[in-house]
Amino acid sequence: MSTTTEVENLLRELAPQVLGALVRRYGKFDSCEDAVQEALLAAAVQWRSGGVPASPKGWLITVASRRLIEQLRSDSARVRREETAVVQAPPSTDPSPSEDDSLTLLMLCCHPSLTPTSQVALTLRAVGGLTTAEIARAFLVPETTVAQRISRAKQLITASGAEFRLPPQGERSERMAAVLEVLYLIFNEGYTASAGVALNRVELTSEAIRLARQLHARVPEDGEVAGLLALMLLTDARRPARATPDGELVPLAEQERRSWDSDAIAEGVALITETLATARIGSYQLQAAIAAVHDEAPRAEDTDWQQILTLYDLLASISPGPMVTLNRIVAVSMVHGAVAGLEELEAANADPALTGHYRVDAVKAHLLDLAGDHEAARSHYERAATRTLSLPERRYLNSRATRAAHTWSRP
Amino acid sequence: MKYLILIYSNPESRAIWDRLSADQRAGGLSAYAALNEDLTASGEMVVAEALADPSMAKRVSLHDGQPMTTDGPFAEVKELVAGFYVVDCESIERAVEIAARVPEADLGLVEVRPCMDLSGFEM
Repeated sequence: MSTTTEVENLLRELAPQVLGALVRRYGKFDSCEDAVQEALLAAAVQWRSGGVPASPKGWLITVASRRLIEQLRSDSARVRREETAVVQAPPSTDPSPSEDDSLTLLMLCCHPSLTPTSQVALTLRAVGGLTTAEIARAFLVPETTVAQRISRAKQLITASGAEFRLPPQGERSERMAAVLEVLYLIFNEGYTASAGVALNRVELTSEAIRLARQLHARVPEDGEVAGLLALMLLTDARRPARATPDGELVPLAEQERRSWDSDAIAEGVALITETLATARIGSYQLQAAIAAVHDEAPRAEDTDWQQILTLYDLLASISPGPMVTLNRIVAVSMVHGAVAGLEELEAANADPALTGHYRVDAVKAHLLDLAGDHEAARSHYERAATRTLSLPERRYLNSRATRAAHTWSRP
Repeated sequence: MKYLILIYSNPESRAIWDRLSADQRAGGLSAYAALNEDLTASGEMVVAEALADPSMAKRVSLHDGQPMTTDGPFAEVKELVAGFYVVDCESIERAVEIAARVPEADLGLVEVRPCMDLSGFEM
């Protein structure tokens, strides 16, 4: 007997290796991926009761190869040569190329012909080893919808003519950026879900961290991979404090810092410190550095806002975007006062990407509150609450509006 | 992101439907079938339902903790929800594109509503 968690962890670890071995042997990413998924499901049932076989990877490769052969044989339209190609011995279980396989798989799953939603679903299944049912539960959509997304994604990859090898050197950095974006999307999906009703949802946050760790082990010299891993660790460290037990968001300044995960902070800080000293700077590294400054402050009032502002200035110069602009303005007001922040916010509001965005109202409300104009703060909190599409945010913004109203009526 | 696409009917739209020829009706229904098929194939379909006539509806209220029902919505309501889709797609632009394929969009009776999610920035 093995515990469910042990078996699941082992299966997730082996999933990309087995898939890599099959695809290198037989080609046909699409069919191989289905066959591996079936082998994983079979293993999940059999290993739990009968124990893990001596060579789990070999077991999975053999079973997956057999499924693949059955699948191809049952397809009467297949030409004979495909069948003979498959009836040969299963691929070797030599573990050496497996790490390359994980990277190749990641890049294939994040192929530019796919939408982000499909990239996420395919990555979780093909590289993360999650079942379709687990992915469906995590994203609160029907299993058939996820199954269809995955099968369509694989069709698109096949149609694009992509092969099972690393993309050419010239495309690699762009593809790596897509991989990091997908891992960050997975992380955020899990992170935000943890603030709300998250029963029965797979731990997407840990899954994203696991995949980022795996990737970092494969390309330790890539500063952005290290930066993303550090960012995830430093953000996830605050998870125990970021929401009340009933799901209410707690802002950073009011979080109970003693419940932050100090091991994750130490690991993240060490990783980002080393990376910043050696790698070419990038936006994940800067975001991780900002998270590190927050995490290292024993109390909110100890936060080194000057350093955060410097980091946001850098971030705005190498990777500008509406959310960077807004977060930088918060830092400006912490260093130079709320009035300075409000002035910059006025200018930023002219950016079409920000005009009318609820986050502008949320930041404005916060700054007005700090500046002592609680009446105006309340109306901006209310405006932001009406327009956010997030339930925890709406609750938070409404409660701030109420609080501002109280402060204002009882000065 | 999930979006609710609401399809309304009103006396005018029902009168138009009544005046349609058999062929025209079949055209409308096959437009729905094609839309459903495409949404399923693209992995964007969450659920789609057509609703029974409002006369079949029950309004529910609690009295001393006991559920009580009354028939139907209020008589003066002219515009009623006739059916809905829940789709999970990349953006509101895409949701609008889907909604535009609902035949009732011709009559201005289709509405897209974003669903709330659990995302949330650290404030």
